[in-house]
Amino acid sequence: MKNYVGREIPDYLLVNGKEVYQGKNYMDGKYLQKASPKTRRYEKPQESKIVASLADALRHCGAKSGMTFSFHHHLRDGDFVVNMVMKAAIEELGLEDLTIAATSLGAAHDPIADYIEQGKVVGIQTSGIRGRMGEVVSAGKLKTPAIIRSHGGRPRAIEGGEVHIDIAFVAAPTSDCVGNCRGIGGKSNCGSMGYAMTDAKYADHVVVVTDCLVDFPNMPASVEAIDVDAVVVVDSIGNPKKIASAAARISQNPRDLMMAENVAKVIAATPYFKDGFSFQTGVGGPSLAANLFLEQYMDERGIKMGWAIGGICGPMVELLKKGKVGKVIDVQDFDLDAVNSIHQTPNHFEMSASQYANPANKGAFVNKLDFVVLAALEIDTGFNVNVLTGSDGVLRGAPGGHPDTAAGSKCCIIVTPLIRGRMATVCEHVVTVTTPGDCVDVLVTDYGIAVNPLRQDLIECLDNAGIHHVPIETLKEKAYSLVGRPDDLQWEDKVVAVLEARDGTILDVVRKIHPYTLD
Amino acid sequence: MIPRPRPERFRLRRTMMFMNAQKPGLIKDAYIYGCDSIMLDLEDAVAENQKDAARFSLYHALKTIDYGDTEVIVRINGLDTPHWQEDIRVCVAGGADGIRIAKCESAQDVRTVEAAVEAAEKEFGVEVGRTLLMAALESPKGILNAYEICSASERMFGVAISGGDFRKCMQTTPQRDGIDMLAARGQMLLAARAAGIQCFDTVFTNLDDNEGFEAEVLQNKAMGFDGKSLINPKQIRFVHQVFAPTAKEIVQAERILRAYREQSAAGVGVFTVDGKMIDIAFIPGAERTLRLARACGMYEGDLV
Repeated sequence: MKNYVGREIPDYLLVNGKEVYQGKNYMDGKYLQKASPKTRRYEKPQESKIVASLADALRHCGAKSGMTFSFHHHLRDGDFVVNMVMKAAIEELGLEDLTIAATSLGAAHDPIADYIEQGKVVGIQTSGIRGRMGEVVSAGKLKTPAIIRSHGGRPRAIEGGEVHIDIAFVAAPTSDCVGNCRGIGGKSNCGSMGYAMTDAKYADHVVVVTDCLVDFPNMPASVEAIDVDAVVVVDSIGNPKKIASAAARISQNPRDLMMAENVAKVIAATPYFKDGFSFQTGVGGPSLAANLFLEQYMDERGIKMGWAIGGICGPMVELLKKGKVGKVIDVQDFDLDAVNSIHQTPNHFEMSASQYANPANKGAFVNKLDFVVLAALEIDTGFNVNVLTGSDGVLRGAPGGHPDTAAGSKCCIIVTPLIRGRMATVCEHVVTVTTPGDCVDVLVTDYGIAVNPLRQDLIECLDNAGIHHVPIETLKEKAYSLVGRPDDLQWEDKVVAVLEARDGTILDVVRKIHPYTLD
Repeated sequence: MIPRPRPERFRLRRTMMFMNAQKPGLIKDAYIYGCDSIMLDLEDAVAENQKDAARFSLYHALKTIDYGDTEVIVRINGLDTPHWQEDIRVCVAGGADGIRIAKCESAQDVRTVEAAVEAAEKEFGVEVGRTLLMAALESPKGILNAYEICSASERMFGVAISGGDFRKCMQTTPQRDGIDMLAARGQMLLAARAAGIQCFDTVFTNLDDNEGFEAEVLQNKAMGFDGKSLINPKQIRFVHQVFAPTAKEIVQAERILRAYREQSAAGVGVFTVDGKMIDIAFIPGAERTLRLARACGMYEGDLV
């Protein structure tokens, strides 16, 4: 069945109430039955929940084959915990048929690809999938299709019982002996632990893995001991160098700066750019640089930003410290400046993934957002964005908060160079739709600006401000004139990943890539 | 093959951005930054043993990239090198809009280049007279001969000072107030205006010193320069901002032109606008203001 963005979704996936994507806000007003976990009572006074090893923790939680384990990705490419836990479960306890439900997975998790190939890991639910894991899943080696969700879609699916977490593993930079966790104060700090919060509340069992045990009580805790079954102390939960980079620096690349300047120009031309406005930006070159130019417009108009959300890094913390933004609410930290600021700088707060972006709760921050500036691997003439699959059709990205912020914000701006190497970024049809075009408002490239025709109001704003813009087709043609029009990818029938829209409907599927042979 | 329209001798040239002709990543789409002219460099940016490679890169860029409205000028090697003749052949064969003569010191230098350009135009079947010229003055002698240089050829559209070499000759360094080159800039401006061609200031090389850059651009504008050479796209915005006319200047220019057209149709030569006496001498200035305003996106009327 064809969905709202023209993608063919196989009927066999449309079972148990699953529907195809019907356009944004389709689920608004409907009711959701929340699932509740089955948790163990710890009535007897307990000195400590520390167990000797991950294997002991798994046994304590009744781990068995067929279970779903959850993980969060605050340790990013530095994470050791996913691999350690899966090794203990599979190689020490001999478990199989396991499903990994992670907030995201990355290149740090290459070893999991082996467990997929061995058939020990049979399900993956995640926002991001990259590296070898992306390759083996794209090659059709995972037993069931991977399920890709946005950062808001995941807590929705957990709260609604679509994902039942048997054991949640919380990678904690610090914990006390009963499992009060924080993202700071240890040796592998990550700052916010927002993505772990929903998992801990809805999992049957919670295991805290830390490399820095601190005195009880570790307060204020991001994940609380009341939800924790066991604490495991390991040598190291991750590589600090890869958890938080040194301060994110604003790009000096003239192309990035030019695009960033145009992003700020567009923002300043809309009616939402007024005192107290709200903002989220990514950490990519031009997205991050938009901060710099936005600040100039704020100074010019004598206005301040009310609040900013998202993955946070240094330049936003800088604005907070200068008093140019009222509050920063933080679900994840990308650099040491942000890690060292959360809980320390006044008005720098932590929030859960659900509070950040869940479309099914009653007050996610994204729904009050004025502007979001996002990157894209590809964007097509229907303004559909792909941030998941590469030009070869292989899984190598993550929707993250992209679809949530795009849908929730009043003005969603995509900023991307028109071409990357020999690939056209602006194209006829994206490989995979990860953010639907009805949520995307403006495209800024190095070769020009295009506005979604659905937003005639924004077109008028740009015209009034004298900002030149062109139809997105013009940009596509320019891109193809520079690098040529690629042949269509060749797919096999087998679906290797299902891409859920943030509301749980099916936005697209990724099929097994047909191996390319030279004639 | 991208055919370029016949170059305009007098067009808007607020910003000329230098870039190494040998760097495909730079030159493949330098027009996106919105400078008025790009200056593809075969001279100092290219190592001695890379001159040939740079010429190939330049030729293919000129032949395959659509630079649109952005003017494409090439800085060739000095007349004291073995490279300049071949540089000129490549520029003309590729269809560059203009050539910048490095280290120009006399009218004879201009005529030498002009002769080579004409020969190349004939060789490659390019319309004779199509390729424009500009001169870079880099020495005291060049500055002293500025007027004869500026008026040496009908192809000459402008003259520029090259600060690096000039300051070395003068045993000085860049000064905050511009005193180091005050006399030279003034002399060159006088010569350019006397010869009726455009005049451009040198590059500002310290990219970290934004304040110094802005002060120099403001001074350039106050002295009467037409534009400035740049080394980085991030310098473009401020120059365009400074060289843009004010809203008041635009309104006034519009009024003058309208009044002039009405009055001259009625046979009147001198008249007043807003209490000021206006005659034909004001017209080129008013037209220039409106052309500038149009380029800056501030004027959409049909008077120019």
